[in-house]
Amino acid sequence: MINWTNFVSQLINGLALGALLALISSGLTIIYGTLGVLNLAHGAMFMLGGYAGYMAWTATGSFIVAVAAGALALMAFGLLLERVVIRYFYSRPHEDQLLVTFGLSIVIVEAVRFFFGSETRLVPAPDVLNGVVSLGFMIYPKYRLVLVGIVAAALLALFLVLYRTRLGMIVRAGIEDPVMVDSLGIDVYRVFMVVFGIGAMAAGFAGIVNAPVVSLTPEIGEAILVQTFVVVVIGGVGSFPGAVLGGLIAGEIISITSMINPGYAYVMLFAAMTLVLVMRPHGLLGTPGRE
Amino acid sequence: MSEFDPTAPKGRRDFIRTSLGAVGALALPGFATRAMAADQPPVGTWPAGAQGDSVFVGIAVPRTGTYAVQGEDELKGWQLAVEHLNSGHPLMKAISPKTRKGVLNKEVKYGVADSAAKPNNAVQAEQRFITENKAILMTGSTSSAVAVAMNKLAQREKVLYVTGISGSNDTTGKDCVRYGFRQNFYGQTAAAALGPILVKVYGKNKKAAYMTPDYTYGHTVTKSMQDYLATAGWTTSTNQVSPLGAPDFPSYLLNIANSGADVLINVNWGHDAVLSIQQAQRFGIFEKMKLAVPYQIPFLAPEVGGNLLAGVYAATDFWWTLQDKYPLAKQFVEAFEKRWGYKPEWGANNAYMSFAFWADAGENAGSFYPPDVIKSFESGRKLQSTVGEVYFRKEDHQLVRPVVIVQGKKQSDMKNKEDFWEVVEIMPGAPLMQKPDAFGCNLGDYT
Repeated sequence: MINWTNFVSQLINGLALGALLALISSGLTIIYGTLGVLNLAHGAMFMLGGYAGYMAWTATGSFIVAVAAGALALMAFGLLLERVVIRYFYSRPHEDQLLVTFGLSIVIVEAVRFFFGSETRLVPAPDVLNGVVSLGFMIYPKYRLVLVGIVAAALLALFLVLYRTRLGMIVRAGIEDPVMVDSLGIDVYRVFMVVFGIGAMAAGFAGIVNAPVVSLTPEIGEAILVQTFVVVVIGGVGSFPGAVLGGLIAGEIISITSMINPGYAYVMLFAAMTLVLVMRPHGLLGTPGRE
Repeated sequence: MSEFDPTAPKGRRDFIRTSLGAVGALALPGFATRAMAADQPPVGTWPAGAQGDSVFVGIAVPRTGTYAVQGEDELKGWQLAVEHLNSGHPLMKAISPKTRKGVLNKEVKYGVADSAAKPNNAVQAEQRFITENKAILMTGSTSSAVAVAMNKLAQREKVLYVTGISGSNDTTGKDCVRYGFRQNFYGQTAAAALGPILVKVYGKNKKAAYMTPDYTYGHTVTKSMQDYLATAGWTTSTNQVSPLGAPDFPSYLLNIANSGADVLINVNWGHDAVLSIQQAQRFGIFEKMKLAVPYQIPFLAPEVGGNLLAGVYAATDFWWTLQDKYPLAKQFVEAFEKRWGYKPEWGANNAYMSFAFWADAGENAGSFYPPDVIKSFESGRKLQSTVGEVYFRKEDHQLVRPVVIVQGKKQSDMKNKEDFWEVVEIMPGAPLMQKPDAFGCNLGDYT
């Protein structure tokens, strides 16, 4: 189906896909950049945010309450997790960190399956956002378009926190040189805990705003986690702008390749990642030499 | 009627001698088989797996992943079958008339592993059941990729395998094996059953868009549909191939929305089918084209929700309202609902029937010796089932059975909360099937 109509449709679709990937990846990259922990439970947190929102939605019927619940519940979960598990792994080898976060992801997924089963759970978008938008040459679900705006607003909020607040300054300084930040008398551990909470909140928020698009199952985090890692590698590990750029690139690659041959969409995504690793090992917007 | 013979034996000894002779003659087939089996060198887990008071069955079924919901339903079918075998339930005896309790008087035990619908996981789990438990039967699969891998394992290890759900033509086609048997319908019979309905309802010379999962099941079912519909002048406007467990379908759906097709034939399965149908509606696709489902997914209607399947035609193996036509279906639906609290879907029915047929084959063979059980399956013996009389085709080990065409009901027409489909046609199996060698089946050796 290669024609101009479809090409423009897929470009817009790539933007919608990419925005969501950017939001999830930004949480992952902030956590890694600051704490040095590669969080394999990030996909599970994305899923958990969706289920937390689903519970709030079934209780209240309000989508806005559901979104708030998804984000805040995951922030609380993130803070708790950092305090009782992650903190003990900062000084341990990366393999240990991978193992413990991988283990956590299994526990989270299976706990959700235990309580909710494997059946699909649907959180509908508010009525006003349901239906389709006709752009003349294409029809696109209204909610998916609105989602681009929602994600853009969330990314802007994250940007402001990171680049316009004192906390953000400490976080960015922590990414560059945690030892120096510590020696300046700043309680790095408290900052770390907050950062993990913010990262988890970004995942949870993405999980619930994405729920009306894909329907919830305990597994949705697994597939998205792989794509998220690709985004982070393309954009540059630890770089917030890199996560946004990487997300948009990944979304467009998946979408445009699908137009030509859907079977190659993910192949092309990984090919792009390989290309970036060869040409620019620290990613498009990453800093060379960062741990 | 025999005539009176004055030379016939009349004394007590003669009577005893004659009686013993008659009993011996009657028992001879059993004796002969056992004597034959006993003389054989070990095959697979035989005789080790059949020497105790019980026999072990290994079940590798998806309990996680895209096909988890269907896997759980299948598992309930197998569990009910084992309970019915061990208790000598009347339904089991109706399907396997020689069954008393267990199989050949041995209790049936089973182990369950999660395959996540991945061939590697399934093969590893079954290999463990073979090594540690001396499993004499394996089952499982909700994905044909698993079924094909299991077929190969079964033939290599010489342990019988009855498929769970498997819709690929390859399972009893080019990847068929002597040690594998399939109860359920598949791509070719689905297409041959659903195709005429689609042509009758939507007309000739239509354009179809396909959604195909990227593995043996998807490719063969789509090909069978395309081949059949081509005979009525239908063309393929686009075929959207997606990986199993795709997280999202917007790119594929945009291609379909722009394809100008009249009918969307969705071959996706499990959660992929649920999600792609829900999303297709959000892309406004059903305002432009009709939906058809060649290989119906257990729980599709309740999971998709929102009346989206009203009027949609689908081919399936079993639907619970068949109880109005078949007495055994009624017994099955009642027993299942009593045990598990809901009306069985076709995955559970397929699972139950596959164990019942295995029990029948074993009882008729009079032994667990695999070649004897296989020959019993291959005998062409008529079998009683929940969809009437059926039999296994000896050339490819495919059950010759009807395919059921259903149409989604509107919510307002549903008589109860599980009344999702109306059975519109029951197509006899034999005319739907390809010639046994058309898909390149070569069963391989008995030993």
